Amino acid sequence: MRCAGPGDDAERRVSETAAPELVMGYPVLGGAFLMAGRAAIGVKQALEAAGLEQGLVRRAGICAYEAEMNIVIYGRSGTLTVELYPTEVRIIAQDRGPGIPDVAEALRPGFSTASEKVRGLGFGAGMGLPNMQRHADRLHIETVLGMGTRVVMHFTRQAREDDAAGADCGGA
Amino acid sequence: MRLAQIAAELDLQPRSAQASLERAVTGGHVGDLLSAVMAQAKPGQVWVTVQVHPNIVAVAVLLGLAGIIVAANGEPEAGTLARAEAEGVPILCTGLGAFEVAGRLYELGVR
Repeated sequence: MRCAGPGDDAERRVSETAAPELVMGYPVLGGAFLMAGRAAIGVKQALEAAGLEQGLVRRAGICAYEAEMNIVIYGRSGTLTVELYPTEVRIIAQDRGPGIPDVAEALRPGFSTASEKVRGLGFGAGMGLPNMQRHADRLHIETVLGMGTRVVMHFTRQAREDDAAGADCGGA
Repeated sequence: MRLAQIAAELDLQPRSAQASLERAVTGGHVGDLLSAVMAQAKPGQVWVTVQVHPNIVAVAVLLGLAGIIVAANGEPEAGTLARAEAEGVPILCTGLGAFEVAGRLYELGVR
């Protein structure tokens, strides 16, 4: 399944064939709620250190967090990787896990298969993938049942309206 | 308004990162659903919640929140306080419910 947001195919091809200026990887362990969020904080700090605009860093941080939590909640293990290209930032969340049986349904706000225990902690409300879709400029999901899921989120390195505003990303 | 002033006015108990209580608070957010907080809270806001597990610190760091008020006699886990201390995130506790904390903050001009 490939789920693409707004974007230009030609620009995407050029961007995807260029070598990234920076690649940083962060391990994520399934079920490790005590450590959860560290990978996303690492991604955010790497982008801040690279001097990217505040609004993009914020959107990328939100997406990295949601992707990390999905690995913690559903996956056995995985990684968050941030790649910096001249025209975009890419965050790749790759896990070994159960895969997503129905991606369209998983993208529907409110849909969740999380346990009651996980929901009691304030997770698994069916907002993770919708939050990623909202805050990334493009989102691709590849999933294989019983094997795992790869989510690629693209952030264009030019000011979006909410990047210029710096902080206001609105509600999901 | 500074977090320290809010702590004094509402009689909140600072539990971590007391060196960061002079931070300016630019608004507030109330919620326990972490994805909703991620989507809606803004940098500089103080976050009122009943969640006490360590992940609230990650949310505060990622969003650049001024601090966290744990309402309704919630007791932050030891791991939460340790992480908050390490990340410089002030956590303040109160016996007041989230609704009352929000109302009091609003009265103080935190909007």
